[in-house]
Amino acid sequence: MGDYTKPLPHPNDVSQPFWDAAKRHELQIQRCNACGTSIFYPREACSECLAADLIWIPASGKGRLYSYTIAQAPTHPAFADDVPYVIAIIELEEGPHITTNLVGCQPDQVRIGMPVVASFEDVNAETTLVKFRPA
Amino acid sequence: MSIKGKAAISGFAEMAPQKGAGDITPLGIIANMAREAIADAGLEKSDIDGLLTGWALSDYSVLWPSVVADYLQIRPAYFNQVELGGASAAGMVWRAAAAIEAGMCNTVLCVVGDRRARARQMPPFPSIEAEFDAPYGLIAANPGYALIAQRHKYEYGTTAEQMAKVAVDQRKSACQNPSALFGNKEIDIDDVLNSRMIVDPLHLLEIVSPCTGGGAFIVTGAERAKDGPHKPVVLLGAGEAGGHSSITHARSLTTSLVKPAAEAAFRMAEVSPQDMDFAQPYDCYTITVIVTLEDAGFCEKGDGGRFVADHDLSYAGDFPCNTHGGQLSFGQPGLAGGMSHVIEGARQLMGRGGGRQVRDAAIGYVNGNGGIMAEQCSLVLGV
Ligand SMILES: [Zn+2]
Repeated sequence: MGDYTKPLPHPNDVSQPFWDAAKRHELQIQRCNACGTSIFYPREACSECLAADLIWIPASGKGRLYSYTIAQAPTHPAFADDVPYVIAIIELEEGPHITTNLVGCQPDQVRIGMPVVASFEDVNAETTLVKFRPA
Repeated sequence: MSIKGKAAISGFAEMAPQKGAGDITPLGIIANMAREAIADAGLEKSDIDGLLTGWALSDYSVLWPSVVADYLQIRPAYFNQVELGGASAAGMVWRAAAAIEAGMCNTVLCVVGDRRARARQMPPFPSIEAEFDAPYGLIAANPGYALIAQRHKYEYGTTAEQMAKVAVDQRKSACQNPSALFGNKEIDIDDVLNSRMIVDPLHLLEIVSPCTGGGAFIVTGAERAKDGPHKPVVLLGAGEAGGHSSITHARSLTTSLVKPAAEAAFRMAEVSPQDMDFAQPYDCYTITVIVTLEDAGFCEKGDGGRFVADHDLSYAGDFPCNTHGGQLSFGQPGLAGGMSHVIEGARQLMGRGGGRQVRDAAIGYVNGNGGIMAEQCSLVLGV
């Protein structure tokens, strides 16, 4: 695990709770106390009403595949050994979209609209990535 | 108040894209393009009192407009960098027109150049995308447009053959463009579909090739432009739209910001898409053309695949589209890739299309697109 060479997130004070939750294998997103909007990616102000009154909430981890691509050539040199791999956008049950990899699924079985569930991958001692697999 | 009819493109210059880095710097390219465009418009360097430029990835720095002004030794009364990615050049046209109409300056040099080389100082990617997209391999443009194409196939039944047709027809025009990087040999749909799959559903021949190159054009007042050696290409309408950075957070993958941008441009020009003699839509990928033609109103939403299959998109066809070959065949020399659509629109309207001249071209549509469909600037140009 020490030789993980793919791009890693570098959390800041605003996003740290998201990555801390991921490390506990929990998916958390934000919600606006002023207007109720569910929010991802982590922000300091609501994407709809701009209120600086956001709280972290647990997300169900459930969603549907909104779109995907199967990378047949690496999109970054460090992904070369993973080809073919699935880059996907998931529409979370709570509404927001999130970028991820679909895992545990043969590329020819991937279908837009398929139900998926969060699947956590500890890529090194510090970082856990939030991936998704078929539900 | 509108800038409709107030300013015109009076001259241009364009470097033939080169596959390698060459031995020229971005500033060297910019100087060559400036010299040639000024001469093409029948002007002297001292006539230039406005400057719009855009970044060069191979020589990225802050204060770039001043770097360019210093290198060219011009003293602009209006200058700036237009930072709309591939839409930058289209965005320069209306900004120049607006500055002229506002009385800030008379004649604007719009110029870009870039070198395909290991970046000396690559600009940082947006930090949010570095944190939430890059760890999953959603990096640079290829996978972003593949996500769009896959969703378009799902929503509208767009086929691989329809997407490939864009590359095939544009290549026909490229074979009449001596400057095109890939202008030697026509291709067919099988060639595209048999080329290497890069990010499913996009094949190698559906993806632009980065290269070295540059371009420039001159925008001046519509009256002043009549003193030049060429038919002035008048800006009749312009529209711009934005609202996302990462494609994951776009409001729609398949209905793009081209829609409001094009609607605004056609509204200002008081014409409709059906009045256009040609279209020069930004084409970083085949799917980009299909989505743009739909959202600009050349066909119904979702019918873009059938539209490109049913029409001959070549310069001699019933729907001339990217008559220089598009960036898919011309090449993508940084921001000069986006500029190639503006210059080709002006070239056709001036009647300087040579072997690929669209007969009786009098009005046309140009679109610039930046990022992953994130910046859109639509223009209606006419003579
Ligand atoms: Zn809110």
